[in-house]
Amino acid sequence: MEVKNLTCVECPMGCQIEVGLSNGVVEYVKGNTCPRGKLYAENEIKRPLRVLTSSVKCVGGKMLPVKTDKPIPKDMMMDLMSKINACHPSLPIKTGDVVIKNLYEDVNLIATKTIE
Amino acid sequence: MFDVAVIGGGVVGGLLLRQLSKYQLKVCLLEKQADVSMGASRANSGVVHAGFDAKEGTNKAKFNVRGNQMMPSLCEELGVKFKNNGSLVVAFSQDDLETLKDLKARGEKNGVPDLEIIDKEQLLELEPNINDTAMGALYAKTGGIVCPYELTISAIGNAMDNGATLYTDFEVVGAVRDEFFTVTAKDGRTIQAKIVVNCAGLYAGEVAKIFGDDTIKIGARKGEYILLDRESAGFVTRTLFFTPTKLGKGVLVLPTVDNNILLGPTAEELEEGNTETSKSGLDRIMSKANQMCKNIPYYNTITSFAGIRAYSYTHDFIIEESKIIKGLINCAGIESPGLTSAPAIAEYVVNGLIGGLLPLKPNNNFNPYRKPDYFFKNLSDEKKNELIRENPSYGKIICRCEQITEGEIIRACTENPRATTVDGVKRRTRAGMGRCQGGFCQPYVMEIIAKCNQMEYKSVTKSGKGSNILLGETK
Amino acid sequence: MKHDIVIIGGGPAGLAAAVACYDNGAKDVVIIERGEELGGILNQCIHNGFGLTRFKESLSGPEYAERFIDEVKKRNIKYYLDTMVISLNKDKVIKAVNPTLGFFEIEAKSVILAMGCRERSRGALNVAGTRPAGIYSAGTAQKYVNIKGYMPGKEVVILGSGDIGLIMARRMTLEGAKVHAVCEIMPYSSGLKRNIVQCLDDFGIPLYLNHTITKIHGTDRVTGVTVSKVDKNRMPILGTEMYFSCDTVLFSVGLIPENELTKSCDIPLSPRTRGAVVSQTRETMVDGIFACGNVLQVHDLVDFVSEESEIAGKFSADYVLNGAKAHDYVDTKEGENISYVLPQKIDKAVSGHVKLFFRVKNTFKDCTIRVKCGDSVLLERKKKIAVPGEMETLLITNDKLKDLNQTVVVELQTNS
Repeated sequence: MEVKNLTCVECPMGCQIEVGLSNGVVEYVKGNTCPRGKLYAENEIKRPLRVLTSSVKCVGGKMLPVKTDKPIPKDMMMDLMSKINACHPSLPIKTGDVVIKNLYEDVNLIATKTIE
Repeated sequence: MFDVAVIGGGVVGGLLLRQLSKYQLKVCLLEKQADVSMGASRANSGVVHAGFDAKEGTNKAKFNVRGNQMMPSLCEELGVKFKNNGSLVVAFSQDDLETLKDLKARGEKNGVPDLEIIDKEQLLELEPNINDTAMGALYAKTGGIVCPYELTISAIGNAMDNGATLYTDFEVVGAVRDEFFTVTAKDGRTIQAKIVVNCAGLYAGEVAKIFGDDTIKIGARKGEYILLDRESAGFVTRTLFFTPTKLGKGVLVLPTVDNNILLGPTAEELEEGNTETSKSGLDRIMSKANQMCKNIPYYNTITSFAGIRAYSYTHDFIIEESKIIKGLINCAGIESPGLTSAPAIAEYVVNGLIGGLLPLKPNNNFNPYRKPDYFFKNLSDEKKNELIRENPSYGKIICRCEQITEGEIIRACTENPRATTVDGVKRRTRAGMGRCQGGFCQPYVMEIIAKCNQMEYKSVTKSGKGSNILLGETK
Repeated sequence: MKHDIVIIGGGPAGLAAAVACYDNGAKDVVIIERGEELGGILNQCIHNGFGLTRFKESLSGPEYAERFIDEVKKRNIKYYLDTMVISLNKDKVIKAVNPTLGFFEIEAKSVILAMGCRERSRGALNVAGTRPAGIYSAGTAQKYVNIKGYMPGKEVVILGSGDIGLIMARRMTLEGAKVHAVCEIMPYSSGLKRNIVQCLDDFGIPLYLNHTITKIHGTDRVTGVTVSKVDKNRMPILGTEMYFSCDTVLFSVGLIPENELTKSCDIPLSPRTRGAVVSQTRETMVDGIFACGNVLQVHDLVDFVSEESEIAGKFSADYVLNGAKAHDYVDTKEGENISYVLPQKIDKAVSGHVKLFFRVKNTFKDCTIRVKCGDSVLLERKKKIAVPGEMETLLITNDKLKDLNQTVVVELQTNS
């Protein structure tokens, strides 16, 4: 049995989670306060996921903050940044509007600010 | 062809340029940096010395007392903040008390008025935050304070308004003398002048050498300072000196004209022209300052910095025409009390030395007055509102800590000598000099600089070539 | 001009306070904001993690701000942008300036201070070395990157492990910079644990605890820093120097409440929080002047800022509608291992539960936090871990207020 210690990043509590593994398969998760912590721990073992936040430069030069509408694999972050950097949407734009559809599989990049 | 070219945009060069612009002369200033007042005049104590320090008969003594007399009206004309706050040389021992008597006698010989030795009780009444171990002081009522870069910038701006030309980024690398001088800059630009005045501060020796005079030997000392926020205003109101020893005047505790409290300087021999601060230096300032005063509010520290002092190996000011190169006038080794002496030096060099080489016809159009950089702050609310109606940028505060408006920053970027860098704006307006040290306003100040100087946002620098604030775009 | 309530600051605190004033019956509210848009610092905090407590979802800063801005607009609450308050006095006369009105005065019945905080600068730390370009507070760098779209540097060392510094380590890495190190003089980070994981660990950025920058190098632009290990007294240890070549140094060394206006009208401040002394209503010691958000105490979560500001808004409205009331104060005080407690006073004349906010002085494992009044223990909570970077709260219920007959002390003791 292999034991891994993780810090949950789902919320500011930052629970210290212990994951028990046998042959790479999760046997148990402890230390989490909520179900999100369990899911987080399982994903960390499989393939860690993160919501990516960044900005894009709109036509005209204004910066628009954006985020992925679902978590993406952590190891894809840098690759996806180049896609994000190449995108220049036009204004106006509203919070929640899709800036890049299917940035990664079914994950979209969405605006997190309304700019007139 | 210029009649006179001044090399070095410090306080001596600046006041000289202004003095020259009072006459019908074509004059210019050559400054190697992107802005003026970038050497010793950028960072020093800002003390207008009464004049009891220098040994009688020296240049220092002569120019100090005269400079002290000239300073109030000069500052009035240039719109520069000057405060006749008085200075105290504080004694902490019996020996010190004896020295005070000598200083008083020397001061009187130098012609310093209103010197008085006061006892402990009087001293603590004047400055309650002085340590109780103090035993008395020499009180010089003619001592004052001025902002050294404000004085320099205003003098140069006033000279330019009266016809003088400023060349920045003009690092003198070559000089040839035929009938007149041809002076070459590092980037290839040349100017011609009949007379050259060398006010190159730390580099006065090198500049003289470029002209063929290798007699000027300059050394350098570094002085570190700690600056406390305006919130500490009133902690001390006079300039506090330790009683001088063989080792020099030591650390001062004094107010600035902008109501900060300044502690320092250290004095350290320097190999290169480097103004870094050191932990040991800052510790030394604090330990010395703690001997002078109790309960110094260090929690109000907003910055620490270091300045450079150039001194000549003669340990007196060198102010004379070169013995080797005719038409080259050296003003070198202008260490303390150089700031105080500068107006008198300028007067002497122009009227005494240059006057012997060129005819001086008064420039009848000379306007000695300059609108103060802080003019807006001094207006009544009604006047401010009138101005804001005309020009709304005066209603937009950019620097929150010092409450500096967009209008004032635009003015600094468009009036002589124009600010082209973030530090240039800071020295002219105080934007970025407050407690947040530009954290909030710098991105906006850069926008104004870029707009006024028609340059790209990302090419705005802190203080000239190589000091870019930004290293690229994100996208 | 006259208004019932003037709120100074249109960031998260001011916005939440404004909505609460309105919803509690004081409709004549005006917000004065010095920036060019509402939302304050949230506008440049484009990372997520905001609103988990309040909205049960992870929002970015601008999204969190927008929810409150929408509420303000829905209520037609008046606000001035690009407007800076110059002075405030105890009679609640506010002097402000903007480009369209020039200098103008507002007479208010109640004032809510919501000016937020500023970052400590390099100067305040007296870090030795040169003063070239390339030295920024983390928040200034954040503004350049997120709002202006420029890179303040490519090779970065960060001093201080506050949350903004950690967030900027990730942000600049994502934008192509190389962050060589984050140095923290304390034996623990002052940032949230999750930010250590997702901002540093995720990108392999080393965190050097017990280390500080002892010298900055470079004449025009930063060329490097010397980093030294520090001893127990936070003094650099000779011989432990490491040199990092870099073009940028970011400072994330703490936030200071912006209380210049507060001080100018002699409102008593707490030396612990550097914010005003307040009761649980967030009323300062001057009747009718309230304070909330980071101007009062530096929060680590905006959700707490909103909560606190709603309290201030509610009681400000009450003050305007029902007038001043007599106070019956009992003090609170930080006991062993606690760095501060807020509110500093409990007004027994005000009914309702009182939530105490406080921070611990160090990292403690297996400890008990107690709230005491004299010898009697009002509350007790065991904690597996308590860290200075995370604000703690405890609730004194309404029924206990009447028994508070002397200073209420919060203390922490380890159980081992």
